[in-house]
Amino acid sequence: MTPLAQLLEAALFGAGRPLTAEELGTLDAEATLADVRVALEQIREHYDFEQHGVELVELAGGYQILTRPIHAAAIERAQFSVRTPKLTAAALETLAVIAYRQPVGRAEIEEIRGVSAGGVLRSLQERGLIEVVGRSEALGRPLLYGTAATFLELLGLRDLADLPRAEELTIALQPHRPSVDESEDAAAYVEAES
Amino acid sequence: MTATAPPPSATPEAPPEPPTTALRAGPAFVVHFDAFSGPLDLLLHLLREEQLEIADIPIARIADQFLQAIGVLGLNQAADYLDMASRLVRLKAQMLLPRGSEEDGWEDPRAELVRRLLEYQQIREIALWMGKAAERRAEQFARGYLPPPPELPPPPLTLELIDLLQAVERVIAAVPSPVLHRVVARPLDVETATRRIEQLLEEREEVGWLEALGPRPTIVDVLSTLLALLELAKRGTVRLAQPTPFSPMVIVRDAARSAA
Repeated sequence: MTPLAQLLEAALFGAGRPLTAEELGTLDAEATLADVRVALEQIREHYDFEQHGVELVELAGGYQILTRPIHAAAIERAQFSVRTPKLTAAALETLAVIAYRQPVGRAEIEEIRGVSAGGVLRSLQERGLIEVVGRSEALGRPLLYGTAATFLELLGLRDLADLPRAEELTIALQPHRPSVDESEDAAAYVEAES
Repeated sequence: MTATAPPPSATPEAPPEPPTTALRAGPAFVVHFDAFSGPLDLLLHLLREEQLEIADIPIARIADQFLQAIGVLGLNQAADYLDMASRLVRLKAQMLLPRGSEEDGWEDPRAELVRRLLEYQQIREIALWMGKAAERRAEQFARGYLPPPPELPPPPLTLELIDLLQAVERVIAAVPSPVLHRVVARPLDVETATRRIEQLLEEREEVGWLEALGPRPTIVDVLSTLLALLELAKRGTVRLAQPTPFSPMVIVRDAARSAA
């Protein structure tokens, strides 16, 4: 591996969270983003070719070194690590509504799921899976929720586009995908409020 | 798992599992049945069990089954389920009403429910997909758990004296000035009013209310005169009468009493 690839590997090993290519680029002032990507590819190939117990995974907009699934059972049996507990059906449904309709208010979530959502929203927020992204113009100016980066990490997705698209579902759906501008507007709005 | 009491054997190494979100949601009522994530879920389950088309729900049958199901599951006190139950019963009644043909603009009362069920089914499908994705991800471990980095302390404040003073001015300007009410005593002059009425009654037997008030009366004059009149009437010096409703009062000298 090149010296840059070694440096990136060390950083990814030490960080304990996904690091973006841009973040990795700050390690070496000489390295361009393209250099970083080449080095990352080198690490990935190295792990795969040498059949390492870990692999380089792309998720939540960044890169992370993770153990291979094949070893999960053994590691867990030895209690060296534990799987993240499964999310409840209520939590998954709520996350699904938020992921596709964000920014979305509590009333709409409750309307779609047919149950009150206050408790679920609170615990999802505590786990950092969702966050308040703004306020609706509707009566009472209710809070609007959106998914957070942790949501992508939990599901092992690179970004929201990794979610199944409407036409891939059995039943056609019109998801509301916020553009980057919209979410920025919402953030700016919250700032202006405070 | 119960929402109320964690097992007493809970040790510090193994803290009691926190109550699920569904259980924490309702402060008063706790649903111990988590096979269904809501009334729509239960409804879909019933439809699947009977192999019924969502688009053409036999409302009467499904409403009865829904009521029976929530009775059996002990969900008939949960508001969300009761809400759906009442909707279904209402739909059942609406379906019994005679209907015109489609051309008459007859709207299927089930349309809203069908739309919600389809929408909910989509969400279920996505939730299922997301659950599987999360399970796949859980098969891979990252390095040991690291707490999220603490937020950096705010940088040291650097500011000029003039900025600080301006900030103080802004704060002071924002403080609303206290609203002060000056309370001025406006004593009622009952005595003068009494004298005026007595003078008038010395000349005549009967005086009108407007006359008794005197020229250009202020609100204080009106009140003073009224009190004076009531006092005089109490003493028996005058009698007060009102010939017709809403007509001005007539003040009559009480001859018998004043003579006495």
